[in-house]
Amino acid sequence: METFAHRHLLDIEGLTRSEVERILDTAKAFFEVSRRPVRKVPTLRGKTVINLFYESSTRTRTSFELAGKRLSADVINMNISASSVSKGETLQDTCRTLAAMHPDVVVIRHWAAGAPNYVASRIDCSVINAGDGMHAHPTQALLDAFTIRRHRGTLENLVVTICGDVAHSRVARSNANLLKLFGCEVRVVGPRTLLPAAVDSLGVRVYDRLDEALEGADVVMVLRIQSERLEGALLPSLREYARTFGIGAKAMALAKPDAIVMHPGPMNRGVEIESEVADSDRSVVLSQVESGVAVRMALLYLLAGEATESPAIGEVG
Amino acid sequence: MLTQPTPSIPLILRGGRVLDPSSGLDETADVVIEAGRIRAVGRDAGAAFSSNENVRVVDVQGSWVCPGFVDLHVHLREPGEEYKEDIASGLSAAAAGGFVAVCPMPNTHPINDNRAITEMIVTRAQELGGTRLLPFGAVTKGQKGAELTEMADLREAGAIGVSDDGLCVMNAAVMRHAMEYARTFDLLVSQHCEDHHLTKGAQMHEGARSTRLGLRGWPRAAEDIIVARDLILAELTGARYHVAHISSLGAVRLIREAKSRGLRVSAEVTPHHLLFTDEALLNYDTYCKVNPPLREAEDREALLEALADGTIDCIATDHAPHSDLEKDCEFETAAVGINGLETAIASLLQLVRDEVIKPLRFVEALSAAPGRLIPDFEGGSLREGRRADVTVIDPDLRWILTEEALRSKSHNTPLLGRELTGRPSMTVVGGAVAYELERS
Ligand SMILES: [Zn+2]
Repeated sequence: METFAHRHLLDIEGLTRSEVERILDTAKAFFEVSRRPVRKVPTLRGKTVINLFYESSTRTRTSFELAGKRLSADVINMNISASSVSKGETLQDTCRTLAAMHPDVVVIRHWAAGAPNYVASRIDCSVINAGDGMHAHPTQALLDAFTIRRHRGTLENLVVTICGDVAHSRVARSNANLLKLFGCEVRVVGPRTLLPAAVDSLGVRVYDRLDEALEGADVVMVLRIQSERLEGALLPSLREYARTFGIGAKAMALAKPDAIVMHPGPMNRGVEIESEVADSDRSVVLSQVESGVAVRMALLYLLAGEATESPAIGEVG
Repeated sequence: MLTQPTPSIPLILRGGRVLDPSSGLDETADVVIEAGRIRAVGRDAGAAFSSNENVRVVDVQGSWVCPGFVDLHVHLREPGEEYKEDIASGLSAAAAGGFVAVCPMPNTHPINDNRAITEMIVTRAQELGGTRLLPFGAVTKGQKGAELTEMADLREAGAIGVSDDGLCVMNAAVMRHAMEYARTFDLLVSQHCEDHHLTKGAQMHEGARSTRLGLRGWPRAAEDIIVARDLILAELTGARYHVAHISSLGAVRLIREAKSRGLRVSAEVTPHHLLFTDEALLNYDTYCKVNPPLREAEDREALLEALADGTIDCIATDHAPHSDLEKDCEFETAAVGINGLETAIASLLQLVRDEVIKPLRFVEALSAAPGRLIPDFEGGSLREGRRADVTVIDPDLRWILTEEALRSKSHNTPLLGRELTGRPSMTVVGGAVAYELERS
């Protein structure tokens, strides 16, 4: 089998369409493994994966942990709280410490954009970005793509509307980058205070009105609104946000009849999404979680697995 | 008072290309220096002196002989952050960079907002000799933006201007009164133009690249708003107002308009804003993290044009040394600033070779132009009788910038490891050689 051309996954930028397809196809095989009675494969036996989390995210960390364990890797979690950073261990020192452990993969979640690039340049191993500041969240974009493909049958030429706090969202950036590779029309909608300065440079269509943005959408991606946005004069109230940009059944009626709703979680019900939508059969939120493990297994396999070894499952060609 | 000994032996710089913007001179000539003054300039002017055995003759054929360079904006970190730089290392770096005088900003620890600190740093520099130190005092006590400093005291102690650099004087009433008060004592008021409300958490220029990198942006508007406001206040008060490290095309436009109406305003630009754009940040290069930030190609073009036509008066390095630890970290944690004293000339000569800026204007922007902004400045010219502040540049010398090549205590420059062409080869301050390049 052809080796994967990248050592790290730091960003969606830099991946080609066929590389994304390869990751998704590999994930499909692992997805099926996850539904078998014995869900563990020996692919990464003897390999060490370190989850280095500078932001608490039980959801993402657990997903990576499960992915590593199902591949039989040794998985170590390092949760570095903000307080221990202020006590003074620099990222430089942490990299030295980690390098001494000879990991095969470091999965990093960090509050600072670019921190995964820094780690990748200082530790001789594969690095997977599990979300860095407002920059990128490539594994989320890949699992979203996997979920879309699973529920819509294709990724090609879809209309995808991303709603809400695009300015502070690494998820929105990575998704926009990925979906453009497949010819999707990516729309963003939200109050202008929550759109990035050069939103046009993302290659998306910008809408001020939710109804227009949702018209004919195949996929509605709802972003989380953080209450911090009330500070700094970005939003007057969560109430007004919910009323103008929150996704309820009425809003969803404007999208295609078979449109799906996604949310990277955790959801603020009643703010960016109403329960009537979150719990409806259009919601694929739980499917996103399940896809997450498979996509992360695929990435660990492609980045750290032996090129010559098949993933011990027949489906991968 | 301590002054460096003036050498009695005449110094003859023979056969160089003499570039003196104060007289428009650009020709091959000798420069004769005696008793701390320019004694003669002209073809074979040295011949009359060379017969005397007791002279030093330096062959500078192929080199440029210029009025000594002046840097209106440096950070020497003493007192308080001597691990980054101190007055001795900073002045040594300045001399090696071709500067006969540098103007340190007051954001030290403690802040230079009073006579005692100004006297301390001026005295320290005089003890060291070589490149002169002409400090800025703070505009407001503790750079807090509220109460004015004792500017008469600062001026008497040796301050040449006031600035709260690193911070902007945000309150318009305070700025107005600072301008009025500074005018009384003929102090230049230099402003770090940044509306801090618009730059909370900012890491780089706001635009497509900050969006792509997910870093908080510093919009041009934050600079332009302050420049516009201050120009209105400068007109109201008649103060000598100076825009530090101008970086945006809007600010250039505002300065051009103000000058066309005869306001006594001026501006400086840094080498990094003339040479780089925010494209340099695409790999999160902390060595290019600087404040104000590197902007876009259209800003850089506007800065180059404005420097060439004199809208921007001078080049200042904003030399901002930081330790390796402060740069070898997450981008958002990294300190802002670029180490500039020893790379400015070498890196900017590229603009002269590319004919973006003419040699005489280049020299003027580094010597006579900043000199004019300093009260009672005696250098800045090679005319006979002027104080012998001279910078000699070898414009063709190729060298590689290594950490070892730097006299600064810090090495935070994106040019590290690059080959540069051109380098100051001699710096003469008041007739005394403060620096001479050792040739291998
Ligand atoms: Zn400044």
